[in-house]
Amino acid sequence: MSNIVQNSGVDSNRFWRVLIYTTLLVFALFYLLPLFVMLVTSFKSLDEIRQGNMMALPEVWTLEPWFKAWGSACIGLTCEGIHTYFWNTIKMVVPAVLIATILGALNGYVLTKWRFRGHRWVFGLMLFGCFIPFQIVLIPMSQVLGNLGIAGTTAGLVLVHVTYGIGFSTLFFRNYYEAFPTELVKSAMIDGAGFFGIFWRILLPSSGPIIVVTVIWLFTNIWNDFLFGASFNAGEGAPMMVALNNLVNSSTGVKEYNVDMAAAMIAALPTLFVYIVAGRYFVRGLMAGSVKG
Amino acid sequence: MSAFHLNYSEHSGPNKMNDDTSGFLGWCRRSLPKIVLAPSFVVTICFVYGFIIYTGYISTTASKMLPNSKFIGLTNYEKLWRTLNWQVALDNLAIFGILYITICGVLGLTLAILLDQKIRGEGFLRPIYLYPMALSFIVTGTAWKWFLNPGLGLEKTMHEWGWESFSFDWLVNSEMAIYTVVMAGVWQTSGFVMAMFLAGLRGVDNEQVKAAQLDGASSFQTYKRVIIPQLGPVFLSAFVVLSHMAIKAYDLVVALTGGGPGNATEVPATFMYSYTFTRNQMGVGAASAMIMLMTIAAIIVPYLYAETRGKRHE
Repeated sequence: MSNIVQNSGVDSNRFWRVLIYTTLLVFALFYLLPLFVMLVTSFKSLDEIRQGNMMALPEVWTLEPWFKAWGSACIGLTCEGIHTYFWNTIKMVVPAVLIATILGALNGYVLTKWRFRGHRWVFGLMLFGCFIPFQIVLIPMSQVLGNLGIAGTTAGLVLVHVTYGIGFSTLFFRNYYEAFPTELVKSAMIDGAGFFGIFWRILLPSSGPIIVVTVIWLFTNIWNDFLFGASFNAGEGAPMMVALNNLVNSSTGVKEYNVDMAAAMIAALPTLFVYIVAGRYFVRGLMAGSVKG
Repeated sequence: MSAFHLNYSEHSGPNKMNDDTSGFLGWCRRSLPKIVLAPSFVVTICFVYGFIIYTGYISTTASKMLPNSKFIGLTNYEKLWRTLNWQVALDNLAIFGILYITICGVLGLTLAILLDQKIRGEGFLRPIYLYPMALSFIVTGTAWKWFLNPGLGLEKTMHEWGWESFSFDWLVNSEMAIYTVVMAGVWQTSGFVMAMFLAGLRGVDNEQVKAAQLDGASSFQTYKRVIIPQLGPVFLSAFVVLSHMAIKAYDLVVALTGGGPGNATEVPATFMYSYTFTRNQMGVGAASAMIMLMTIAAIIVPYLYAETRGKRHE
């Protein structure tokens, strides 16, 4: 499924190759440009931003905007930067990802190796839950969180993210375990292994890749969430993206673009880091998320 | 996959292996898989389907700032349809949805085809096209808001580079602001569409391609007649994923334009949020959420049905 271009003559072939490479590079620039501009802006002083060119490298590199964004920028009424919100997000993401992954693994195991009448319906109902527009749950969820006494807390957001994360984690593990040889499960059963024993000793040891895919998918989604954070925890305990939006779109005081960009970079770095380290697994999650099994 | 159905269909399983099948303990042992699955299932039933029903119920009541049990039928839906902001939101969703899906699709397919020409450095280029997908829409919105800043952004850069008459004020121009949302959305998602198409291209039947080439088909004809027609399922997936993202679009609009200038970039998701939580029109907000749900369900349900059915017969 390649080499097609090479049918034509050598000269026109070379022309086409140059054109293809040029187009590909131009688009690479298109995708990189906003990130580049964001980065260089975050290292400039405000004066240089006002006078200079957005695309130019800083004449004087400064880390001041990064320090300010992290430790002293004003968000709402407090001027302590985004670091508290960064930790808020960590405290929310870690338990939510762990719980949703564990539940998803067990669900996938049951739905493939311990099937019961109606398992397809159970899975279908859980799967549709992944795709609802979350606006539909905002009103009742805010009431439930209020009644449980966890409105505006990290625990509340963990509950929300686990609830709407298990659909996808179940999907990932179910599709993965579907291809797992049943003979192994069966022979372990004959040897007297129980439900958890089989899961622990037979399936889990070979689940490495799908665990990575699921963890990355959940981490990226929950870290990047804005809607739930803004709806249920917009105060002091707010997650990162809510704080970033408040910082950037606050209308008081001098607009410090360099601090905004540094804060945006800080908010983007964890998911970018995961992408750079484990991009392959990230893409697999994206593909599985579009339900191509 | 069919092996599962033969060996474990319905009621086989542990009860045949263990002698202790009587009494409470036996019941627990037999039901253990269901007990493990139950919490997730119950949570889904309550927090997805229960909540959908509750929001549907709220949409038929006179709820304003707080929920109110006074039943008013479909009045909120009538009100919704008479609200100018909702009309603007629907128009914007149409503009955004059509352009976003079309441009992402065309760009994604083009890049995938170009990358499939035995490109040196493919492993280097692909991650560059795809990395925006790892970012939050809030970060993307922040970056593009700065990039397109009328005073200090692209416009100033062009002036500095000698293009004095260059003017680009779309971000603050109520006629054009929705197109900046399209630009940022395409930037974020088109690499993902490229990856979907590339995976599809790599799965195309090589024999047919070779046959077409032996018949003297040009590369353009080969793509048009042999390869692209085989990508049907990828087109469908891409369409479903993109339309789903378009209808849910909220964060990007909030971060990039805040729905403005004025209400120029209002979309259903921002409409629902502001009517429910800041304008004290919870009933109308719930009605708009129901419309969003029904639109997405109309696209997703047939798709999921076909996908899961298809797997059964594999």
